[in-house]
Amino acid sequence: MIAITRTSGWLAAAAALLVAVGAHAQAGKAPDALVKELSTDVLESVKVDKSIQAGDVKKVSALVDQKVMPYVDFRRMTASAVGRYWRQATPEQQKRLADEFKLLLVRTYSGALSQVSPEQTIEIKPMRSQPGDNEVVVRTEIRGKGDPIQLDYRLAKAADSWKIYDVNVLGVWLVENYRNSFAQEIGTNGIDGLVAKLAERNKAAATGGAKS
Amino acid sequence: MHFTRGLTGGLLALALVGCTTIQAARGGPGQRLDPWENWNRKVFNFNEDLDRAVLKPVATAYTDVVPQLVRRSVGNFYNNFADAWSAINNLAQGKFSAGFDDVTRVSTNTLFGLFGLLDVASELGLDHHYEDFGQTLGRYGVGAGAYIVLPLFGPSTVRDAAAIPVDRLASPPAFFNGTGTQVSLTALQIVNTRASLLGATRVIDDIALDKYTFIRDAYLQRRRSLVFDGYEAETPPPSDGAPADAAGSAASPAAPAPLASAGPASGPASAGSAPAR
Repeated sequence: MIAITRTSGWLAAAAALLVAVGAHAQAGKAPDALVKELSTDVLESVKVDKSIQAGDVKKVSALVDQKVMPYVDFRRMTASAVGRYWRQATPEQQKRLADEFKLLLVRTYSGALSQVSPEQTIEIKPMRSQPGDNEVVVRTEIRGKGDPIQLDYRLAKAADSWKIYDVNVLGVWLVENYRNSFAQEIGTNGIDGLVAKLAERNKAAATGGAKS
Repeated sequence: MHFTRGLTGGLLALALVGCTTIQAARGGPGQRLDPWENWNRKVFNFNEDLDRAVLKPVATAYTDVVPQLVRRSVGNFYNNFADAWSAINNLAQGKFSAGFDDVTRVSTNTLFGLFGLLDVASELGLDHHYEDFGQTLGRYGVGAGAYIVLPLFGPSTVRDAAAIPVDRLASPPAFFNGTGTQVSLTALQIVNTRASLLGATRVIDDIALDKYTFIRDAYLQRRRSLVFDGYEAETPPPSDGAPADAAGSAASPAAPAPLASAGPASGPASAGSAPAR
């Protein structure tokens, strides 16, 4: 380890190449490599963009659509938050649920991204998974000033590539955390009630955000 | 070692058997972790009102008046005590490496960080480990028990609430004489902590559908994760959030009852939340 960092140039490059090739030889990219690349990419984009740091939801949305969404199984995310009611929803309701839920999460995400500071880096922790696993947890830490922030991802293998379906911030799985709230809302006001509630929340935050 | 472990765990488990019987008596899926929801919501609203009327304005003013450097030093001072308490809890849980980290942190920050005002240890790459007595109990197999919202203290569980008095024994006010000093120290701690959370609570206001439920579920998840140091939730839990923790090992004799009664409810749930295709 020390030898690699010390030896300048080709050794490190060769090692990186080997890892990349090795990962490629399996199914697509390894999940931890994927998360590392993805989060580093997003972090770097945020560091150079002042309007994202200021919490511009539209800009964050664009960034998410371009860089993050290709690696997220958003249908599964929504289905998992909606739980057993998902199957009762019509395709149209499912789509509206997914759209509103996405907006809600993007707003959360933009709030988090506005906290990014220049000295922050991502550290990937060792994975505890078997080679044949179809679902894995990738653990990362954002390190900068103050305590490191725990940020973990659940990924599932879909065909040839890995896709994220839940994110853990400081010990709390975000999608999982919505399950009871969603069930509660559907229980009282039905699926359309939940869609309306999500839309109302998004709208309120949008106007509230403009004020502050 | 093993004997004392077992003995402590057993005694504590006995003490909390009460919660598991409550659990067996409970009904619907969302209710299992929160049998006292009606009461809890009242206390929650009381806390929210109090926060809105007093604590938040004070914390906001404090943030405006007191420079960030000072606020951080205040936080560091309290954290230094927390580190010392964390060291004891880590060692009690047999996590010696983390425990010695904490010991090193406390001695470094006390000696070279102006009695804890500066967090020199973090600059040197020694991270916090924050373990409290509730986590130590959890480590020895004490289930979290029912969710409970305490006046002033906020979200807790039966286990964590029982641990609070022990944690308070190791907090700064316990080391100083005079009621005035103790009250001021506690007040400063509360205000400083609230100030550091202003950003987080704003986010929760934005993204929660029902703040009570959101905070309850986040609290329960986070505590579970802390007890297992993040390595318990490797596999996704049953989709309806079955009582993985509340019916923890201490509660296992009583566990079949709630599981059986939840059978019809959790069946379709687990089918529904799998990726639908």
